[in-house]
Amino acid sequence: MQVDEKTVRRIARLARIKITDAEAKGLEKELTQILEWVEQLDEVDTTNVEPMTRVVAQKLKTREDKVTDGEMADAVTANAPMTEDHFYVVPKVVE
Amino acid sequence: MTDLTKLTLAQARDGLARKEFTALELTDAHLRAIEAANGALNAYVLVTPDHARAQAKESDKRLAAGKGGALEGLPLGNKDLFCTKGIRTTACSKILDDFKPPYESTVGQNLWDAGAVMLGKLNNDEFAMGSSNETSAFGNVVSPWRRKGKDGKLSADKLVPGGSSGGSSAAVAADLCLAATATDTGGSIRQPAALTGTVGIKPTYGRCSRWGIVAFASSLDQAGPLAKTVRDAAIMLKVMASHDPKDTTSVDAPVPDYEAALTKGLKGLKVGVPKEYRVEGMSKEIETLWDDGIAWLKAAGATIHDISLPHTKYALPAYYIVAPAEASSNLARYDGMRYGLRVPGKDLIDTYENTRAAGFGKEVRRRILIGTYVLSAGYYDAYYLKAQKVRTLIKRDFDEAFKTVDVVFTPTTPSPAFALGEKTGDPLAMYLEDIFTVTVNMAGLPGMSVPAGLSSQGTPLGLQLIGKPFDEETLFRTAQAIEDAAGRFTVPEKWWTKG
Repeated sequence: MQVDEKTVRRIARLARIKITDAEAKGLEKELTQILEWVEQLDEVDTTNVEPMTRVVAQKLKTREDKVTDGEMADAVTANAPMTEDHFYVVPKVVE
Repeated sequence: MTDLTKLTLAQARDGLARKEFTALELTDAHLRAIEAANGALNAYVLVTPDHARAQAKESDKRLAAGKGGALEGLPLGNKDLFCTKGIRTTACSKILDDFKPPYESTVGQNLWDAGAVMLGKLNNDEFAMGSSNETSAFGNVVSPWRRKGKDGKLSADKLVPGGSSGGSSAAVAADLCLAATATDTGGSIRQPAALTGTVGIKPTYGRCSRWGIVAFASSLDQAGPLAKTVRDAAIMLKVMASHDPKDTTSVDAPVPDYEAALTKGLKGLKVGVPKEYRVEGMSKEIETLWDDGIAWLKAAGATIHDISLPHTKYALPAYYIVAPAEASSNLARYDGMRYGLRVPGKDLIDTYENTRAAGFGKEVRRRILIGTYVLSAGYYDAYYLKAQKVRTLIKRDFDEAFKTVDVVFTPTTPSPAFALGEKTGDPLAMYLEDIFTVTVNMAGLPGMSVPAGLSSQGTPLGLQLIGKPFDEETLFRTAQAIEDAAGRFTVPEKWWTKG
């Protein structure tokens, strides 16, 4: 799979990572190389093979639908770059 | 007094019980060792002396009252991937900045509840993505081991301690803690163990809680210890492992007394040797070591059986789809809004993009982009789903093998420790470091690396044991037999303490 510069830019946009022109060029090569290498998986016949979803057969656990936590707004917002009255302050989203 | 940092975890525990020294003396000895070494080795990214001394004083009180826990007063290092309440946790990434978690990881809490003392936070590859500890935002860790030149003198070349748990492996090998926490997503406990002459075990997926550990690839990540001896690793895992309602993938099964398993012997044990691990490019020394190991296990009463794990060669490429895919999803949370770094831009999206470009290092960005690509519209089936199917086949190979054998025996790495910078230019060459360890994560099985010899250049080499799900006990007793035969491998010269 050849990854071109346009694809690299699209992927970087999806991943929300800004890349420079020089980086885009380098990534084109690196991603192509890695994706070509993983293509060897095409040799493996996976017809009728279920994808692995868990390591050991285990029932997904559930718990009672009950509030067990809360009332800790100070702790929750303590690490935020900007806060006001227990709210996160973010760049303007709607005009 | 003897150098307390040279003790094993078990020796220190027994010494404290006999009141030969206090927990505070033990902690102080380690803090002094860290101060003398960390400038050269960079194993710790944060040393917490006040915290450690306060814990040690409490331990001394409990020991005096006869109320000591299983790890009472024993100083440990904690990988910076484990959240520590009120103490900076960064996963060695700039994007977490000065993050101080308001909670403790479950594995960490288990250790402190058992009386252990935390000396500080250990360096690792950024978000645990790397095999040499060269992707850390805090800089490289230097291995305490050095190569021996032809003249028999130690070379000044700086070697890698392995990765991603490179701070953990270096600290344990250099006597900067009695044992350390670590995590393993594709080999990040076992490969550093092999490269530093330490013992490392990645338990079965679900054995240790992942709660409070910075997530890399959730279906592969597991915590485990790095330690000086097999016994020390057994003592550590017993405390680290637990069922945790806060991690739905943690398994509700009793945790056996691993230390008791050490003396069980190998009589009647069936050991499988997979032919697929004799790969091209494997160093001759490793091959010889593997044969030595087989001979030791035979001599200890085990029988050796040739087995086949036909999908072995597909584990690494499948891993490099699954792990980046899960990482791209897990790391989406670092958006500069709720914690960590924020680099303002002209609008919200621009702020996201600036923050993530500045906060993530090169390897992390590369993996997020690969993950984003393989999960993007139209590619999910071709990559992620295909890789998860291949995972089923890898697991089936092991299920088949375990019908006839009790444990699988392989080398841990294809070659000994390499020098800093030797593999950083080529991501694929670095990825190959995990060729023998990654199958175990893909199948969710327990795997352990035991030091087994030295290379011709005098650097450590390790052998790997792979067990049935939740059968860590067999790994411990087999590892003990290897340690009994091979002996321990300690750093010949503490070169960093000399002017």
